[in-house]
Amino acid sequence: MIAAKTILEVDGLHKSFGDNVILKGVSLTLEESEIKVLIGPSGGGKSTLLQCINYLVTPESGTISLHGNVINLQNKKELYQLRQRVGMIFQEFNLFDHLTALDNVTIALRKVRNISKVSAKKRALLELEQVGLGDKTDLYPAQLSGGQKQRVAIARALAMDPEVLLLDEPTSALDPELVGEVIAVIKALAAKGMTMIMATHQISLISGLAQNVLFMENGVIAEQGSPKELLGAGKQTRTQGFCDRLKDLDEGGS
Amino acid sequence: MELSQFYQDLLPALNKGVIMSIALIIPSALGGICIGIAAGSLRTYGPKFIRKLGDGYAALFRGTPLVIQLFVLYYGLPNLGIYFSPYAAAVTGFMLCSGAYQSEYVRGALLSIKRGQYLGAQALGFSTFQTVFWIIIPQAMRRALHGCGNEIIYLIKYSSLAYIVTCMELTGEGNTIATEYFRFTEVFMMVGLYYLMLVSCAMLILKKVEQWLHIPGFGHQEA
Repeated sequence: MIAAKTILEVDGLHKSFGDNVILKGVSLTLEESEIKVLIGPSGGGKSTLLQCINYLVTPESGTISLHGNVINLQNKKELYQLRQRVGMIFQEFNLFDHLTALDNVTIALRKVRNISKVSAKKRALLELEQVGLGDKTDLYPAQLSGGQKQRVAIARALAMDPEVLLLDEPTSALDPELVGEVIAVIKALAAKGMTMIMATHQISLISGLAQNVLFMENGVIAEQGSPKELLGAGKQTRTQGFCDRLKDLDEGGS
Repeated sequence: MELSQFYQDLLPALNKGVIMSIALIIPSALGGICIGIAAGSLRTYGPKFIRKLGDGYAALFRGTPLVIQLFVLYYGLPNLGIYFSPYAAAVTGFMLCSGAYQSEYVRGALLSIKRGQYLGAQALGFSTFQTVFWIIIPQAMRRALHGCGNEIIYLIKYSSLAYIVTCMELTGEGNTIATEYFRFTEVFMMVGLYYLMLVSCAMLILKKVEQWLHIPGFGHQEA
């Protein structure tokens, strides 16, 4: 067996907002093409953890390493580099409201990576095609559905050639009938071997995609293991209990 | 039909005055907007010291009457050895005053942009300056447009204060004729009409700018 290559290492992250301690020393390692899924109750620190990984939120202590190199927070260049290599998908999409779908994808290529207008456009069209929005390139975010917006956001992140993708509840803000199109795109990414950490409440993503499930509660990773270990029949884990409740909600809703 | 001597004097004087007014308004409006965007951005995103400086500027120029500012510029500064022509004093005063008001509209618009826009750009590796310049300002500009337009319309009218520092624009020229012929009603009604015309032109241009900058999701919702 070939030893898997470690891409991202998170070590001992602590974060609090005022007196409210959100992360109490979270560590994890992510190997190439691995998919980790973060689950757990709201307020457990999932979003904060993801935002700390590309320093959108500055942790009080702890380190992030990419390919074994610890990122030096004080060095802005390194910080911007890290963010280009670690893509982020938000629950609320965060598309740039004043730009068309196409320009949402091209702007970072042009301004951050200094790619020419023509090649940025070529690349953006390719990415939008990949997420099934080749015909929506000229529409503004206000003219797109939630699912389409999230797919543009995914295209935008992928155009930067990230090595890792962080997804913060990518389907939670969507109407139920729009969830499927986004899940399909995420599954296609997984099939291509994209390395991902995803916070989600979507059962099909948890059991279908995750190689590793991390159950987060009160700022720590309370349980972790493969879906089989945590969710197999007869397992009395907290993860199991949490997923059962999600399933009940799903069935109750449909 | 021949116009009476009064009208033969009045119309050329007002036409000359309105040209001076336009020469005051255009640079003041453009300068005010530039100062407003710069001061508004610095007051929102700048380091603490710069922010305080910007707040002080806005407080000073919004907190004192424009007439006083013009008096200080034109009559006060020569005591310090700084001499302004009437025109330069008026334009400087208008720019600084207008910029202070504009900065407040710009600041409000910048603060109204959701944090997600900022996060989205940061997550792609934009620097803070790039985020503000490429993402926040283009959106804020559209939100500030109506407030800034309103300020320009104000500016057109307070440009009449230039004649107090002896810069002969529309109101000044009108006043000269009015005192000469002692016919205040006709003269100032005409002057009022001229201002109405200027403001109408400005509103037309602002409407065009608004249409030109229009993006779905900003401003009025189309059905």
